[in-house]
Amino acid sequence: MGKITAIALNTFRESIRDRIFYSLLFFAVVLILFSMVLGNLTIGDPLKIVKDFGLGSISIVGTLIAIFVGIGMIYKEMEKRTIFVILSKPLARWQFFIGKYCGLSLTILVEVVVMSILLFVLCFLYVPEIPWTLLYAIIPIFFEILLILAIAFLFSTFSTSFLSGMFTLSIFIIGHFTGDLKAIAQATEDALFQKVSNVIYYVLPNLEYLNFKTRVVHHLNITISEVMLSLTYGILYTVVVLLVGIFIFQRRDIT
Amino acid sequence: MTDPTAVKIQNLHKSFFNGWGRRSAVIKNLNLEILDNEIFGYLGANGAGKTTTFKLMLGLIFPDKGEIFFKGKPASDYRNRSLLGYLPENPYFYTYLTAGESLDFYASLFDMKRSEKTRRVGEMLELVGLDHAEDLQLRKFSRGMLQRLGIAQALINDPKLLILDEPMSGLDPMGRKDMRDIILRCRDQGKTVIFSSHIISDVEMICDRAGILSKGELQQIIEMDKRLDNNDSIWEIVCQGKPLNLSTDLSTAGEFSGVKHQVAGNRNILSTDNKAFALRMMDEIKHQGFDLISFGSRRKSIEEIYLKSVGTKGKNHG
Repeated sequence: MGKITAIALNTFRESIRDRIFYSLLFFAVVLILFSMVLGNLTIGDPLKIVKDFGLGSISIVGTLIAIFVGIGMIYKEMEKRTIFVILSKPLARWQFFIGKYCGLSLTILVEVVVMSILLFVLCFLYVPEIPWTLLYAIIPIFFEILLILAIAFLFSTFSTSFLSGMFTLSIFIIGHFTGDLKAIAQATEDALFQKVSNVIYYVLPNLEYLNFKTRVVHHLNITISEVMLSLTYGILYTVVVLLVGIFIFQRRDIT
Repeated sequence: MTDPTAVKIQNLHKSFFNGWGRRSAVIKNLNLEILDNEIFGYLGANGAGKTTTFKLMLGLIFPDKGEIFFKGKPASDYRNRSLLGYLPENPYFYTYLTAGESLDFYASLFDMKRSEKTRRVGEMLELVGLDHAEDLQLRKFSRGMLQRLGIAQALINDPKLLILDEPMSGLDPMGRKDMRDIILRCRDQGKTVIFSSHIISDVEMICDRAGILSKGELQQIIEMDKRLDNNDSIWEIVCQGKPLNLSTDLSTAGEFSGVKHQVAGNRNILSTDNKAFALRMMDEIKHQGFDLISFGSRRKSIEEIYLKSVGTKGKNHG
């Protein structure tokens, strides 16, 4: 356990000292502040615009950070040859893998917390009460980002940074539309299209399960058990992806 | 029971895919025993398979066939790497860490108590002469400083076995001397040191034994101390006077066709690998009235052994 913690803390320190982290965080701050401007310019409830835009920013920026840092997990370590010294120590590869994942998860947690606080403050300026219901959307967003991070890790065990990034981004996009894709397929008569969309629907993650943004913004009823079920789905999927990643990483040559 | 061999490599094979489904062998049937408490030099040209051997030992890559043991324990178990210290060629570290943080991080990958960790980090920084740079981020380090940090992290766990990949490369003369001193000191402390190099003088200076690797095969193992006993010696005579003409001045010159003769100013340097010839030349030189400056045996440099070993094999392959 101590070794995994050491890797995790070192990874966390690396990403905090990395400039990309700050540039994305800066981007998030700008986006959320921009939502204020947008809210004032739009007809209707400006608070809804701020919440909608803010939650969207947390989701997009968090996902981008996850992809950026996740794809470099193995490939960057190999490119920079830092992995040779680490793996020459009495450290199992799965410990390295899990340690790295925990470290980056911690980074993303900090990032989501910082952006959420910012969003809470903004909302408080509009209506002086703490908008706790936003957590119904933010917590699932965090777990969605963790799943994306695991997928980026999986790809980085066998693929270059660029390809891993493209693959992960594709899965993120498709993951939000698998439900729609299946619905469209059902509406058509094409049997092949229906089969393909079924495979995609059942194999790729359905990220819409973790999307409560619209319902939170429009004050629609959300039950805790519903959220818990979604989180369980996200966590199980993440664990499976990580296990496949470890399986590949344990067996590959580090050249 | 302790095993007298520090490292045992048995029937090791490794090949890599080189595209289009073909594999090229990088290590071919390697058998090697490295004894306890010796300095073993691993010689070979670039691409001979030195680094590949080390990576196989460390479990960074997996062999197609064969086994490796450290002190009788299988190298495939990651826990046995606690016996090792490894310095890769041109070591790279996390550049955002300081030297102190870096060593502390590597120490935390061993089962070490906090107090012991702090003590080891301090000792290592002092050993490699980086104590002044403890709080400096590694991106500001020079090439030589990184190499020093590399040796410090390799020694952080006080390993029994030290594997150094090209430890002298990129170091200035002072740095090379320091590295040699560190390696020798490790041997005095009872450690076993294996280091690779393609610079023969480094190996000649400090090794107990050296293995020559060419095209993935072990060609020869040279025992440094035994080189005088066999035919690997060269006898050298230096005399002064008029320029010497071997064919006329020495009455027995006809016999000395294998003698190498060089003239430098008014000095003559004669060398042969035949001791009897050398002694007879001595007599002749005295007889002819030349002024003898020196007479002695010089070990055939391992460079010559190396070239012979790699060269003949190369011809066979060609």
